[in-house]
Amino acid sequence: MSSMGQALPGSHATPARVPLTLRLHGWAMTVDHKRLGIMYIASGLVFFVIAGLEATVMRLQLLAPHNDIVPPETFNRLFTMHGTTMVFLVGMPIILGMANYLVPLMIGARDLAFPRLNALGFWLFLFGGVLLYFSVIGGDGLYGAGTAPDVGWFAYAPLTGRAFSRGHSTDYWILSVLVGGFGSIATSINIVTTVICMRCPGMTLDKMPLYVWMLFIVAWMVILVMPPLSAAQIMLLLDRFLGAKFFDTQAGGSAVLWQHFFWIFGHPEVYVLMLPGFAAASEIIPVFSRKPIFGYPMMVAATVAIGVVGMGVWAHHMFTVGMSAAGNTFFAMATMLVAIPTGVKLFNWLGTMWGGKIRFGLPMLFCLGFLFQFLIAGLTGVMLAAAPFDWQLSDSYFVVAHFHYVLIGGLLFTLFAGMYYWFPKATGKMPGERLGRWHFWLLVLGFNLTFGPQHILGILGMPRRVYTYAPDRGWELWNEISTVGVAFQIAAVLCFVVNVLWSLRAGESAGEDPWDAWTLEWSTTSPPPAYNFETLPVVRSRRPLWDLKHPEDPDWKYE
Amino acid sequence: MSQTAATLPEQHIEWTLPSRGRVGMCGLIVTESALFAIFVVAYLFYIGKSLIGPYPPEVLELPVLATICLLSSSGTIMVAERALGQGRVGTFGLWWAVTIGLGVFFLGATAVEWYELIYQHGLTIATNLFGTTFYSLVGFHAFHVTVGLIMLTIVLVLTMRGAVGAEAAERIEVLGFYWHFVDAVWVVVFTVVYVIGR
Repeated sequence: MSSMGQALPGSHATPARVPLTLRLHGWAMTVDHKRLGIMYIASGLVFFVIAGLEATVMRLQLLAPHNDIVPPETFNRLFTMHGTTMVFLVGMPIILGMANYLVPLMIGARDLAFPRLNALGFWLFLFGGVLLYFSVIGGDGLYGAGTAPDVGWFAYAPLTGRAFSRGHSTDYWILSVLVGGFGSIATSINIVTTVICMRCPGMTLDKMPLYVWMLFIVAWMVILVMPPLSAAQIMLLLDRFLGAKFFDTQAGGSAVLWQHFFWIFGHPEVYVLMLPGFAAASEIIPVFSRKPIFGYPMMVAATVAIGVVGMGVWAHHMFTVGMSAAGNTFFAMATMLVAIPTGVKLFNWLGTMWGGKIRFGLPMLFCLGFLFQFLIAGLTGVMLAAAPFDWQLSDSYFVVAHFHYVLIGGLLFTLFAGMYYWFPKATGKMPGERLGRWHFWLLVLGFNLTFGPQHILGILGMPRRVYTYAPDRGWELWNEISTVGVAFQIAAVLCFVVNVLWSLRAGESAGEDPWDAWTLEWSTTSPPPAYNFETLPVVRSRRPLWDLKHPEDPDWKYE
Repeated sequence: MSQTAATLPEQHIEWTLPSRGRVGMCGLIVTESALFAIFVVAYLFYIGKSLIGPYPPEVLELPVLATICLLSSSGTIMVAERALGQGRVGTFGLWWAVTIGLGVFFLGATAVEWYELIYQHGLTIATNLFGTTFYSLVGFHAFHVTVGLIMLTIVLVLTMRGAVGAEAAERIEVLGFYWHFVDAVWVVVFTVVYVIGR
């Protein structure tokens, strides 16, 4: 989107340079789904750098035993802020931003169903994020205790009780996540409504791009699982401000109830974050294998299955609190069940590549990295789903390694794949190939160096969230490797940032359809005009642009 | 630009999709249901777990009249909607005002109930688990009634200024969805708090 969205495309008269204040005003007041999408992604990337730096400080602290770069209190704040930021201020805005940008374009609509609600959702998220980081200067409150939140990203009771968390740091955590949660719910209702009510003529549900299908399921999941967190946070606010007893064990309240409420949200949230990654891979892998997706109906069914089963597995985060044997068994089996639809997806992506003419472009490289690394994440996930195994390794670095393989090895790689894939559409410029390859290989190396050894650290007994450790545990080498990996990851992210900035200025012009792709967003200009499509498209198959380019052999004859 | 439409004009497709307002409101209702579900679960989980009194059987009275009022307001709002659909704006305004009156009566009854609980029985949100879960669940519902009443009142003011006609029938119906939802939630709250929990 150029700042002159009103100018008709094709009119080559260069408009006069618009003053900066007017351009900023345009961005601040916009209700255009593409601009809001870009703002979501850009602010998500800013928070990504902040949370990455927090992780870097933690890794430096853990480089050697009895290190004292940061005191234990600061370490607690660092892992709390890192986790909260990465989930709520990096993962959520980037997936919602990409959904914002892509869903209307892919279904041939001119905007989301409720554009102003969309803007509200974005600003709620952004100011929620600002609120979280304001705690660093405002968290003291009147009591002179604490600055940033230090209760961990899942904020277990009774740590969050008034007696144990004095001052206002926990209140900032609650309010920030609550406000951002309302924004996510609003945007999800918007996406659901858009998919149901705004599809272009001919796009029946079984002709929707898989990206749209998966985001449709994700939006439903947010609608169903975000409110439990909001409700629990409202209860916690009542506890902290009005003296209610929800999580006050001395008055008969239950600390375990908080754990249930949190993970009823917290586990589906993992799928909320991961499915958009699957969604991007499901668009990129077919285009770069020059074959339609293998098993489209099974992909949709697997997505729905992950969404449904994923909402019934939350207590596998709680095997160590002492649930009944029946509870443990149920949640262990439900968790293992999720591996089936996920495996179906992996095999469908492999089936798509099988016999295809694979092009190893940047988006495809990141998808391939994702396939390998996500497989490891899935395998350790099934291991942790076995309750007795979990008793041994719960709250150890094995768990840390597992979920970073999910969220970095899986999600972040597919998000980078998606950003490289749709960068030409959003900016009109091609991303630089050389720097992109540096980005990929440095990230693969750094990521696996950092998180691979953490599996071993966990098995050797290193608990997560400790600020330091004794020298006689045999943990030094693995911690050193882990910290060294961070340097490669930072270099990789620098390559990405430089690549984006350089490509924006001097990248090759992309044209409408640089990847020779098949979905509707590639039928309009790059970047698309404010109204997306001059006339609403009409589709007859899952690959409308294939039909267009190959009138002699269109898909709709076979679907 | 978009060549897709230009090259596939030969087929004409019958294409109607649901209205955005209805779907959006249904989404809101689903998400609100999830929110209430957690408060209801907390209430059920803590029944009989208060360490000190007062306990529900000692202090809770069945709010029969208030319940009848709130549930019948679902009927009056439907009568109002039907009148608007037929273009009878005056009748619409009348039944709309009756709906608001019934809602206000319900809120008033809640206020009286809470006043007695607080000042005669000494039950506040900080007294025990019963107080905590009771005031949060019933209060959360009352909050939704209040929001609904504000929206209904805005429509009433607009109607009196002549700004609401038959063309607004669908929007009014969408607002009606919300009001029905608030009533339906009360059926659950009533059952949980005054029947099961007493």
